[in-house]
Amino acid sequence: MSRIEHKFKELNQTGKAALIAFLTAGDPRVDLTVDLCLKLEESGADIIELGVPFSDPMADGPTIQAASERSHRGGTTMSDVLSIIAKIRVRSEIPIITFGYYNPFFAYGHGEFAADAAGAGADGLLVVDLPPEEAEEFKSHTDKAGLDFIFLLAPTSTEERIALVAQKASGFIYLVSVTGVTGARPALDFSLEALTNKIRAYSGLPVGVGFGVSTPEQAEKISRFADAVIVGSALVNIIEKHSSVERVLLCKVGEFIKGLSCGCYKSESTKN
Amino acid sequence: MKTDPKLPDEKGKFGVYGGRYVSETLMPALIELESAYIEIRDDPKFKAELEYYLRNYAGRPTPLYHARRMSEELGGAKIYLKREDLAHTGAHKINNTLGQALLASRMKKPRIIAETGAGQHGVATATVCALLDIECEIFMGVEDTARQASNVLRMKLLGARVREVNSGTRTLKDAMNEAMRDWITNVRTTFYIIGSVAGPHPYPMMVRDFQSVIGIESRAQILEIEDRLPDILMACVGGGSNAMGLFYPFIDDSGVEMVGVEAAGLGLESGKHSASIAMGKPGVLHGSKTYILQDAWGQVLGAHSIAPGLDYPGVGPEHSFLKDSGRVNYTSVTDTEALDAFRFLSETEGIIPALESSHALAAAIKSAPEMTRDSIMIICLSGRGDKDIQSVAKILEYDSHTP
Ligand SMILES: Cc1ncc(COP(=O)(O)O)c(C=O)c1O
Repeated sequence: MSRIEHKFKELNQTGKAALIAFLTAGDPRVDLTVDLCLKLEESGADIIELGVPFSDPMADGPTIQAASERSHRGGTTMSDVLSIIAKIRVRSEIPIITFGYYNPFFAYGHGEFAADAAGAGADGLLVVDLPPEEAEEFKSHTDKAGLDFIFLLAPTSTEERIALVAQKASGFIYLVSVTGVTGARPALDFSLEALTNKIRAYSGLPVGVGFGVSTPEQAEKISRFADAVIVGSALVNIIEKHSSVERVLLCKVGEFIKGLSCGCYKSESTKN
Repeated sequence: MKTDPKLPDEKGKFGVYGGRYVSETLMPALIELESAYIEIRDDPKFKAELEYYLRNYAGRPTPLYHARRMSEELGGAKIYLKREDLAHTGAHKINNTLGQALLASRMKKPRIIAETGAGQHGVATATVCALLDIECEIFMGVEDTARQASNVLRMKLLGARVREVNSGTRTLKDAMNEAMRDWITNVRTTFYIIGSVAGPHPYPMMVRDFQSVIGIESRAQILEIEDRLPDILMACVGGGSNAMGLFYPFIDDSGVEMVGVEAAGLGLESGKHSASIAMGKPGVLHGSKTYILQDAWGQVLGAHSIAPGLDYPGVGPEHSFLKDSGRVNYTSVTDTEALDAFRFLSETEGIIPALESSHALAAAIKSAPEMTRDSIMIICLSGRGDKDIQSVAKILEYDSHTP
């Protein structure tokens, strides 16, 4: 059983949705990313999405664009991302997913990435601009290496595409909560529950909902119907704001994640 | 060598290039666009409507002009200029924006967005939006709003909103990123008019088809004037739409040589250029697999060119295919060579070319003298240079008092 699958099984028994935390590797510094991830786990994050910086983050709003740019300017490479994972893996069993745009993966090489990522202790990958139609070759390598290939679905996805993604995905399905780029938002779409249920008709995989989540209340709402709550921009905002003093940064990040994590417990009425 | 007329294939691929590398949010929109385009492509009513506007509004067909003084001056091939500079708004871009905007209005999209570098595609988009009464927003890097200020004014006069892009390189690449982000957000109501043969499928195919009017006319005109096909075609390559438009209708004429001219900027060895085909490697940017300027880790590099419309680190995927297949030869000329050609054409023919088109002219200036006098060359004069006069004057330190 993969670490991701195991984690979802375990949480299901405790009646908690998984809290998936996204941060950009190398923001503010490569060495600090390891400590940040360990802090995330200690504070209640269940899975980590480690963003691979890219020069052209086309699907990201200003917050993650800026994080990607800071990391890119700092010279963070795919190799650095993999070595961060290896360092975390020595100290933790938390599932880790690399998350990024295709070109850095393509440049690294499909087979090379699959081998090195699995070797470092990564559990899966999500490539934003690689829909199932284009993913086949890469996926054959990552499948062999035992990595989960996570795909996105969006509010614009048709029934046909939901079926296609359901057929190809492993690990979990990432439902983008808004028609838009990443970024913290005050309000989330109400049709998400219906969409999640539609996905469940095609796939037995856990469904995670992300993009825009920033408060424990939002986490609570999503936890009622989804299997995972994904937080990105709101966390990256905190990292940006407090990056100058390391102790304060780790403390603030911990505090924020604790709050969200409490929001992920499924309320009594909906627990089954 | 003959290329497969059925390209792109059903996955939008030209060999290994092209495709559809976008986030899931956009996939349904691209699939919808593809089927809408395929439906109207052969619809006689749509074709008649487009032809009506191309003729009566854009001023087509544009002349195929025998550049007599230029030919004599160079002492080689007989040179013809395909005068896209005379099309309405001053460049070939209108051929594509008319087609896409008519499609947008068929698809009942109330809003159009576009990216622009030189501002020519932005102006051509703003123009058709005024014509068809569609809301219009144009994304343009701040470097380009500065060096193409007159086009910014034109777009505003035409009723478009110009959104300055401050991120990344602040040129065409990041204008396109920002337009993509807008599209992801407003995809249900918005039609994105991409300005070149770049982007995800079906754009490279659709833009090529709309621009093919350049080559279809040129082919008929040269047969009419000379009673034979040309020996060589030359066009500048930014994303590659004017080049694809000229080349495509000749692609099966194996005796016709084709040359695409990239921007070598300050020189290929300087690292400051936009020669994606000469110096790039295959990769994925803006939704398609193609030659890209990138570092060893797959990070896209900033491009440079004196011509804002060529200042882009990628190229249309069909050009990557044509490069590998050998059907088209690609070369490059520097900023300085383009500037010399800009002045040369102004002085010998009384035509001020766009800096982009000046790249094709510069390559022609090098190769025409080596050809025999009975050989025929067609150069795509993709646009006029009015937009560039201020920046050229600055570089050459001209002002109105210069004798
Ligand atoms: C006059 C002119 N020529 C050429 C280009 C380059 O585009 P393409 O390579 O798609 O023809 C531009 C782009 O802005 C342009 O304005």
